Amino acid sequence: MEWRDQGIVLSVRPHGETSAILEVLTAEHGRHMGLVRGGASRRMKPVLQPGNSLTLTWRARLQEHLGTFTADLVKSRAGMLMEEPMALSGLLSVCAVAGALPEREAHTPLYEALEILLESMDDADIWPAVLVRWELGLLQELGYGLDLSRCAATGEREDLVFVSPKSGRAVSRGAGLPYKGKLLALPGFLMGAQAGGASMQDVADGLKLTAHFMDRYLFAPQERTLPDARRRLVELFERRQAVAGGGRPGPGGPA
Amino acid sequence: MASPLTGPEIERLIDLLAKLPGLGPRSARRAVLHLIKKKEALLIPLARAVSDAAEKAMICSVCGNVDTRDPCTVCCDQRRDVSSICVIEDVGDLWALERAGAHKGYYHVLGGTLSALDGIGPDDLSIGKLVERCHAGEVKEVILAMNATVDGQATAHYITDQLETAGVAVYRLAHGVPVGGELDYLDDGTLSAAMRAKRLV
Repeated sequence: MEWRDQGIVLSVRPHGETSAILEVLTAEHGRHMGLVRGGASRRMKPVLQPGNSLTLTWRARLQEHLGTFTADLVKSRAGMLMEEPMALSGLLSVCAVAGALPEREAHTPLYEALEILLESMDDADIWPAVLVRWELGLLQELGYGLDLSRCAATGEREDLVFVSPKSGRAVSRGAGLPYKGKLLALPGFLMGAQAGGASMQDVADGLKLTAHFMDRYLFAPQERTLPDARRRLVELFERRQAVAGGGRPGPGGPA
Repeated sequence: MASPLTGPEIERLIDLLAKLPGLGPRSARRAVLHLIKKKEALLIPLARAVSDAAEKAMICSVCGNVDTRDPCTVCCDQRRDVSSICVIEDVGDLWALERAGAHKGYYHVLGGTLSALDGIGPDDLSIGKLVERCHAGEVKEVILAMNATVDGQATAHYITDQLETAGVAVYRLAHGVPVGGELDYLDDGTLSAAMRAKRLV
């Protein structure tokens, strides 16, 4: 068995003294693992850092074997993101979340979206919103997409500012205000309402929204909790938000 | 299965040596053979040294270094700069920095890095003890000498946040072109880091 594909490094763990087990999200073969001989070497360590894009060749005697990877670096991102705590935290978060994808199941749109997300990470104004969109796309790709097209209660298509945590469907401002405390906020940038950058509050709402449904549909069925890296991203983001003064109020808040 | 070539004592020694980094069963067998041939000069002194080390080796309660005394030799050295602490991932890093004579202050060994994959969180590292040291003592600067890996730098950022209220200056090591390094052979990440950290000459 042999194939060649593009992939993004999700994680690496040492195997013996010289090799490493590499976990990548590939374009055509989904989340895939394989042994990299010499993966712990000084030459390969910088290549096998999370977020880097690689050209991979996978070989195994049988399809169900772990197999071995040979990897060539296409784009090194880890080095560029290391100095920016938020971006580094975002990178670790997406790598950890992508680790919940089923193994060896192709999700090409998700891979392409991850490339776009990682490319945007040098722009602190846009990547957090792109990350929320990517997480929403991940839920959709796995069959748990949220229905944000119309209000679950009234059928309205305008002024949708909440999401029901049970059904994952949008709720309009009018129908949702009496239950505000129980509903999740739906940030405007997910509705395509804002062409520019989303506010910090929007992103915070988006992170809370996707965290709820990822926890419910992705991690809880696997008897896991939301990854620590994802929780740390939220903590860091909230701290930044507090320092910056909070952004604009959420839906239903003071006008 | 092939029957053992030697008695159980020697086989056990071979098995144990084969577990050491850099040694496999074959090289362990060669090492044992060499030790037995040089019994007086090597095997007996080695056995005594191993026994002494096993009896006396301990982890320093102040910095996490390995030594035969607590606090360790480095922490007891009064000539060191008390205002500076260098934070490293592992004892091997401390030894590397000491070998280079690159740091004249004290150290703090974290015992690893934060790693979501391996389930290593802040409580599994000695970050709390570092924060205590920075709050309690005369520390003015903390140098985060973590490895230039994603996990290493994520840990460094986390520690920076934890030390926000400690009133210490937090530094990190520079990333860039190594001594003797040729640009043509450097990876993209190192090159970009070096370019971003350019200095006026």
